[in-house]
Amino acid sequence: MRVPLSWLAEFVDLEPGSTAADVQAALVKVGFEEEDVHNFEISGPVVVGEVLEYIDEPQTNGKTIRWCQVNVGPDADTGKDDVRGIVCGAHNFEVGDRVVVTLPGSVLPGPFPIAARTTYGHTSDGMIASTRELGIGDEHDGILVLSTLGLNPEPGTDAITLLGLDDTAVEVNVTPDRGYALSIRGIAREYSHATGAEFRDPATVVADPAEGAGAGTAYPVIVDDDAPIRGRIGCTVFVARVVRGVDPTRPSPAWLVARLALAGIRSISLIVDVTNYVMLELGQPIHGYDLDRLTGPITVRRAKAGETLTTLDDKVRTLDVQDLLITDESGPIGLAGVMGGASTEITDATVDVLVEAANFDPVSVARTARRHKLPSEASKRFERGVDPAVAVAAATRVVQLLVDLAGGEADGSGSALAHATEAATIELPTGFVAGLIGVDYTADQVREALAEIGTRIDETESGLRVTAPSWRPDLTTKWDLAEEVARINGYDRIPSVLPIAPPGHGLTHAQSVRRQVAQTLAATGHTEVLAYPFVSESSNALFGQATGGAIGQVKIANPLDSEAAWLRTSLLPGLIQIAVRNRSRGLTDLSLFEIGVVFLPEADREYGHPMVPAGAGRPTREVEAALNAGIPPQPRHVGVLLTGHTVPKQPGNQAADAGWRDALEAVQQVALATGVAIGVRQGNHAGMHPGRCAELFVETDAGTSCVGFAGELLPQVAKSFDFVHPVAVAELDLDRVIAHSGAAVVSTPIGTQTAATQDLSLVVAEEIPAGDVLATVIEGAGALLEEAVLVDDYRGAGVPDGAKSLTFALRFRAADRTLTAAEASEAKLAGVALAAKRHDAQIRD
Amino acid sequence: MGAVSDNVISGAHSAAGSPAITETVVGAACDAALVAAEAAETTAALKAARIEHTGESSALARLNAAIRDLDKNDKAAAGKLVGQARAQVNQAFAAREAEIAEVEQAAQLAAERVDVTAADSRWRPGARHPLALLQEKMADVFIGMGWEVAEGPELESEWFNFDALNFDEDHPARALQDTFFTEPTDAHLVLRTHTSPVQLRALLSRELPVYVIAPGRTFRTDELDATHTPVFHQIEGIAIDKGLSMAHLRGTLDHFVKSMFGDEAKVRLRPNYFPFTEPSAELDVWHPTFSGGAQWIEWGGCGMVNPNVLRSAGIDPEVYSGFAFGMGVERALMFRNDVKDMRDMVEGDIRFSQQYGMSL
Repeated sequence: MRVPLSWLAEFVDLEPGSTAADVQAALVKVGFEEEDVHNFEISGPVVVGEVLEYIDEPQTNGKTIRWCQVNVGPDADTGKDDVRGIVCGAHNFEVGDRVVVTLPGSVLPGPFPIAARTTYGHTSDGMIASTRELGIGDEHDGILVLSTLGLNPEPGTDAITLLGLDDTAVEVNVTPDRGYALSIRGIAREYSHATGAEFRDPATVVADPAEGAGAGTAYPVIVDDDAPIRGRIGCTVFVARVVRGVDPTRPSPAWLVARLALAGIRSISLIVDVTNYVMLELGQPIHGYDLDRLTGPITVRRAKAGETLTTLDDKVRTLDVQDLLITDESGPIGLAGVMGGASTEITDATVDVLVEAANFDPVSVARTARRHKLPSEASKRFERGVDPAVAVAAATRVVQLLVDLAGGEADGSGSALAHATEAATIELPTGFVAGLIGVDYTADQVREALAEIGTRIDETESGLRVTAPSWRPDLTTKWDLAEEVARINGYDRIPSVLPIAPPGHGLTHAQSVRRQVAQTLAATGHTEVLAYPFVSESSNALFGQATGGAIGQVKIANPLDSEAAWLRTSLLPGLIQIAVRNRSRGLTDLSLFEIGVVFLPEADREYGHPMVPAGAGRPTREVEAALNAGIPPQPRHVGVLLTGHTVPKQPGNQAADAGWRDALEAVQQVALATGVAIGVRQGNHAGMHPGRCAELFVETDAGTSCVGFAGELLPQVAKSFDFVHPVAVAELDLDRVIAHSGAAVVSTPIGTQTAATQDLSLVVAEEIPAGDVLATVIEGAGALLEEAVLVDDYRGAGVPDGAKSLTFALRFRAADRTLTAAEASEAKLAGVALAAKRHDAQIRD
Repeated sequence: MGAVSDNVISGAHSAAGSPAITETVVGAACDAALVAAEAAETTAALKAARIEHTGESSALARLNAAIRDLDKNDKAAAGKLVGQARAQVNQAFAAREAEIAEVEQAAQLAAERVDVTAADSRWRPGARHPLALLQEKMADVFIGMGWEVAEGPELESEWFNFDALNFDEDHPARALQDTFFTEPTDAHLVLRTHTSPVQLRALLSRELPVYVIAPGRTFRTDELDATHTPVFHQIEGIAIDKGLSMAHLRGTLDHFVKSMFGDEAKVRLRPNYFPFTEPSAELDVWHPTFSGGAQWIEWGGCGMVNPNVLRSAGIDPEVYSGFAFGMGVERALMFRNDVKDMRDMVEGDIRFSQQYGMSL
């Protein structure tokens, strides 16, 4: 809401010397946040000039300029008329016209400093200004001739003051509960709350220019709402007033135009300007109809299916049966509270006006405005609640201004149709406000604050019975009243008391393990990123989900980017996109990780819940369970991507390319951080190199459970993102891994007897995974084998074609004695025997 | 004593091959050995000299061997003469060995000198994302007060995101939230617009009293620019107990901002409107060293939990009361760590996170 200070000062005394910042500081105390300050950004000397003579001078460029002699008023020193030569491109003025002259040294909005300059062969000693140059209109073809504003001032008069361009507006944010503050009236009231200055309510001082108003023939208005929304009738107040004989040639006065401009509204015509002016002043949206274009009585009703209306913006709207309409015998003539119709619009020829000041149901207006995508100044106010008691004053104020400014004549006839709305009362128990706010307000402080905001207060045995004023439909509970008392007394009075929470349990196991995983990956060289979860359908399809299986995809109904309208099922698309972005910035050696949520709806299952339960009450257990069951699974995954060099070229070191090993190493870092043994076996996953992909699993009571995959991207996939190096990736369902963590470690005694070490070479077929052979050796060798490590994989001379020789370093130890070489060999041979049986392995000497 | 004179100790036994043990002969052998030890410059030369002068075929060894052929009476004197010479020689060799070792070790250490500023490394530094670190730091402040961390889904039911939080379906506040909906829209699922639905989940799932904090990701349909991002983070807090007041809210916020930003930090509350709190307040923070200088910075919203929210969780607002608050994590990173452009936080440029490493 933009509030011109001169306007505000009409209804409340501003503190002497107040600047815009001071006014904002006062309003912020009562809850109206400062947004901006607006002024005309114009500085003098800008004066009234009288055109004494001019010569039209055609130019070689085809234009004709006017070389004018302009009297800009008496010179300060000599007292004689100061006549300036000024070049002007416009032709819409005559000798004798009074115009606005911006003299050298003045600055126009832009900023556009004015200086004497030589142009078209003359030295132009200033400029004659248009309304656009002055910041009060759109007219640029012609300059502003002051007589068109009904002004005939003396040359030399300060034009900035004359046109109201010295005013300033503060812009404050009005929260959606305070519709009454979308008006100068409401802001003046709040300024009064903030400063204690007296508030003069403009709604109570409107004098009706028509004698015996309402006594004549009423303009017939019927409200016929056969389908109220949520039980609320669409129109509760409809005040209609008639003004006849308006002079359509009269301009809007300069002060009115200036105030509207500062408030952010363009001047259109006097009648329309007046309706906007009164809306801003009192918060009551006004609609004006050309009375001659109305046919028959006005009926307020819901639209019928298939009905259409051409609105003021010349668009044909197909109406919904929930839309509330203003109609006459010709059909719809307006969307109630949202936008008027074109057929009864005020025009340049309108002389008789019907003024509408009505009150429409907030929900009905909100839905219509949203449905037709027509947010307007009127709908904004109705949605937030308009004071139903201000309609008569607002209509009368419009009549008054049309009489005073436009030469109209107030017709006594009119309608004031109102459904009585019962003011709600709120019981406020003694001590409630003090208890909720934590300030020991006295009974007087509570009463005074409530009185100040306009409530009616009755004492009861247990406290106060409070009736909210007509402009405060938001006040319905004692909590609302508590806020008002705290606000009026100042939030800065609230003391600081630290509550003592009951003893807590710290982070949950899963929360602390997740942190540990992130810390570990960072400490081992990976950089954490946080990608958006929005991806394309094809990138989801490319990688599926980490633990395999068919899944669906969640699509966003209103995405910012229609390409990336799906929620990720894998972290890889985001990691790849970030890697590509880094590479484009010259950062080619990358180790990235993300811990984030993926969205994994089951395939072909419908999610959600067809009905949203009402608030302010706990749903039944069944509904609560159904709401939760309708939310797709969203596990946390950890993803890793490595590309480029993991070791850069350095003195004494060759560069090392990132590859599948690095992805597996990252997996083992996660395993360490979670304390879960993550198994690795040959696997396959969508988008991955089929020969360089591991399936990751954990052992469970029922066998193994897949927790993710690791390896290298399929080369053609990597190439499609222009990667020249291999791209190693891993993705784990971190929630699933953590679900297997947390068991207390069972410690085994640490043997101190001397160890026996032996090497073992086994020849097996090439396709047998080394990991399987190792596991078999460990199993076969039994308890004496303390550690076994694969140290070599040899193929070539001495090993048959299609076979390989795997060498393991074995360390044996007994708990109670020093092992003999024979004992160690015996254990080793037991391992060999099992390997021979399972893998057809042969010992190689 | 003739035996140790320059004369022959025992010429009678001067058999072929056995040297005569005289002071002159022993002295010459000893001197030769001492000269050789001194002349050796390397461990290898010293070893060779040692073999030559003390080895089995050396003069001294042969003299020593000749002793056993002497007369019994001469043995003692000859033994002493040769023994002293051998001891002197061995001592000289040992001393020389130590000298050479010291020189050689010094040379080796000099040869092994490296440029420590050019160390090659097989490890590369990683980094946490500062938004993640900041959320952890914030949560830790509350954990220190006995609060717990609550969580909820990012794709959320409309009821939890709006209705249960007292956002009427037709209230303008609901339209102001710029919500991402999912298809089909009549399934009533949204990307949560705030962390506030976690409030409800905590109240529905926990025993009263409840003191929880909920950091997490949130979504609104804002285009990405220097000060907006459609995916951002909030930290939400809620406390429900008997007798909680707005003074407790202020006390909690005071403690929080001082823990986060230092003892000089201050909190200011301004009246505002949120559907889920009544009374509601805007939370401003002040600190002398914020980027841009000492100033009040708008950081979040807070207030006393609206009775309708408590009712949505089946809690009687006449018995229990409480407060809630929510702040932007991105915004805190901007004013605490002087991040000027929000795009730096979302683009994943490794240089951004690597400024932080593993601490803020």
